[in-house]
Amino acid sequence: MTHRPSRTRVILLACLLVSVVLAPALTPAALAQEKPRSGGELIFPVPSEPPSYDGHREETFGWIHPWAPFYNTLLRVDPTDPSGTKPVPSLAERWTIADGGLTYTFQLRRGVKFHDGSEMTSKDVKATYDKIIFPPAGVGSTRKGQYAVVEAVEAPDPYTVRFRLKWPSAAFLASLASPWNAVYKADILAKDIHWYEKNVMGTGPFIFVEHVKGSHVIGKKNPNYWDKGKPYLDGFRALFVRDTAAQVAMIRGERAHIQFRSFTAAHRDSLVAALGDKIRVQESPWDCILLVAMNHEKKPFDDKRVRRALTLAIDRYAGSQALSKIAIVKEVAGALVPGTPYATAPDDLAKLAGYWPAIETSRAEAKRLLKEAGAEGLSFTFKNRGIPMPYEPLAVWMIDQWRQIGLNVKQEVIEAAAYFASLRRGEHEVAMDFQCGYIVEPDLDLYKFVSVDKNPANYSRYKDSVLDDLYVKQSRAVDPEERKKHIRAFEKRLLDEEAHYLMTLQWHRIVPHSSKVKGWQVTPSHYLNNTLDGVWLTE
Amino acid sequence: MWKYILKRFLLMFPTLLGVAVLTFFLLRIVPGDVVEARYAGGQGQFVDQKVMAMERAKLGLDQPLWKQFVDWMWGLARFDLGLSMWTGAPITQEIKLRFALSLQVAIMASIVATLLAIPLGIVAALRQDTWVDYAVRVFSIAGLATPSFWLGIIMILGFLIIFRWLPPMVYTPFWVDPWQNLAQLIWPALAVGYRYSAVATRMTRSAMLEVLREDYIRTARAKGLWTKLILTRHALKNALLPVVTVIGLEFAFLLGGLVVTEQVFNLNGLGLLFVEAIARRDYTLTQALVLLVSSAFIVVNFLMDVMYAWLDPRIRYR
Repeated sequence: MTHRPSRTRVILLACLLVSVVLAPALTPAALAQEKPRSGGELIFPVPSEPPSYDGHREETFGWIHPWAPFYNTLLRVDPTDPSGTKPVPSLAERWTIADGGLTYTFQLRRGVKFHDGSEMTSKDVKATYDKIIFPPAGVGSTRKGQYAVVEAVEAPDPYTVRFRLKWPSAAFLASLASPWNAVYKADILAKDIHWYEKNVMGTGPFIFVEHVKGSHVIGKKNPNYWDKGKPYLDGFRALFVRDTAAQVAMIRGERAHIQFRSFTAAHRDSLVAALGDKIRVQESPWDCILLVAMNHEKKPFDDKRVRRALTLAIDRYAGSQALSKIAIVKEVAGALVPGTPYATAPDDLAKLAGYWPAIETSRAEAKRLLKEAGAEGLSFTFKNRGIPMPYEPLAVWMIDQWRQIGLNVKQEVIEAAAYFASLRRGEHEVAMDFQCGYIVEPDLDLYKFVSVDKNPANYSRYKDSVLDDLYVKQSRAVDPEERKKHIRAFEKRLLDEEAHYLMTLQWHRIVPHSSKVKGWQVTPSHYLNNTLDGVWLTE
Repeated sequence: MWKYILKRFLLMFPTLLGVAVLTFFLLRIVPGDVVEARYAGGQGQFVDQKVMAMERAKLGLDQPLWKQFVDWMWGLARFDLGLSMWTGAPITQEIKLRFALSLQVAIMASIVATLLAIPLGIVAALRQDTWVDYAVRVFSIAGLATPSFWLGIIMILGFLIIFRWLPPMVYTPFWVDPWQNLAQLIWPALAVGYRYSAVATRMTRSAMLEVLREDYIRTARAKGLWTKLILTRHALKNALLPVVTVIGLEFAFLLGGLVVTEQVFNLNGLGLLFVEAIARRDYTLTQALVLLVSSAFIVVNFLMDVMYAWLDPRIRYR
């Protein structure tokens, strides 16, 4: 006799299975994910501390992470876009572009208040940009060069700001989304243009409470924030913690929710192993890269055959697999971050010298070129910056790669503070160089490579009018397809035909954070997404 | 006695002057400057050389070296340490913030070290070549061989893995919340105090062994003096001379030398400030910190000289 389950039993079993499947989705935590929750204090370590409170003059993310929440910018990079490349409104509600790309007119939001209660108007935006682009005598602006395209900033009425450009610029909106360009109050700047170096007062979602040097910054919720309902957090506490092990311990011990810069793959794995589902990991290619500058003023690096040989020796694909386990590098990339709108597709990249799929072919060609240039068995000194991660592992790897084509390379490590002074003096033969951007935008990322008489930070120290011309063409091409064409030509000349510079591997950003943190999206830049207005905590 | 003290006191000033001169010129030999450190890295590609020249002029770095030196010395003569080249804030303010923490850790570590070292050293000497002596020697050699920052890391990992607890990461002054303050600082004090005690324990042991073999101790025993009295009044007082030296010098070192331990426990102290000031080529702050730490060493040395005279009458009559 066979036993058949009764109908009631089958229904009961089905109900049980359905409830088991749906139960996790119906927990309060899961429901809370759907709707942001207000309250709580976000705690995060910051590995660096800025010298002053003025974002217009600082260069470190140590300003961005704790101070950006006190301010707004005219535009911002879309905080929900993982590519971190789309400018969206912030204090400007909308804009129009006229006169063939020479006039940008922005309509400002109404009712935006500074933390002192006064209204933010176009006068404040104009004063802010005048300080950055046309600083008065005695005031240094470190970003003046980035806005060379701007002829004038005008405020025709309290809610309209107009930028007049000297030539059309494809990158102009991205430039206005710079997280450094916090809008300051005009009246304060008029009285004392240095006031913001030691004080904080913006329109941002959080109000400054205190900064104890070397210790922490505290911000509390701005109840009158213009974006109604935001911010969700009651406040934040940024703790200055230099030591990476201590930062990891803070996350592991649940003393902090997130560190916004990055950890290594090993740290990620240890946190995941220790905390399981209490940790969520977000990763992204990082808009930072170590480059190799080959000084054209030193023989034999004035010979492009030697430079091509140096790049052909590098097995980037194998290097990526090995180094991504121990260092903060991963993606094989050209001049722009992979996965972003103007980046080279992998198939096209594989056509450039140093990116060919078969390393044996590359190295055979490298040896042939060295022989042809009379530089077989060449010996040189490779200068490296005295920062362990990722300079040290990358340099060791590079030296080994060059050894495989018969080069004899000696590494000289120079302390970080003295490093760029040494490169600026042009004392090096071959040196590790560095580039990091706040947004993946060709104008910003490619400027590094224009001729040395235009950009002294070009440590390969060449002059190449063809490359300069291509830079200008891509910068002024308003049509994206036309711009892409110029960028491809620029990249081919830079990395292949002339091999002026050599790219190592793109940095890789790993942010393991408490799973209680919601509303934050990793992007390719650790300078972005730190206004914290959309961030919330589940508990 | 007073002549001896006055002589020692006056000797402090030429020493400090020598330190000031050396620090000023040695720092200028090191390549790079504060403006370069601030602007020339990755993001600084748009920074105009004119802006950098202007920043240098603001800080007085465009002046001839002799003028920079005279200006600094003139400031020192007026007890004005100047402004930090990195933050623009008064140096006294920068140091004041960190000094309380560093001083407290140094005091706590010294107490831990003294409480461990002197009893252990005495016991080891009195029970020479017994298991007690061996145990104390193993304990102190382990302390010498263990870097305090490593011990700190082990402590933190132990707290995390076993107790799922971490010491507070932000400094709270003792008078604001004593419990919070001690919960943060007791661990670095123990980590540092252990290594510190190891040196002092060995010193106490060897000094006691030497003193216990002296004729006057034998005489005291022969005349039937109570052992405790022999130890405290005759032996320990004489054996303490080198121990006081070690404790004093370690204390001065702790004020500015706890760089890695401060990093491990995230202490906002003078050691970390020191390293950052050097890395950033903040000349004015580095000079002030070198002077501060040197002054601590010099003052401690002076106090030790005075104590020597008190402990050993032969010195003051010399």
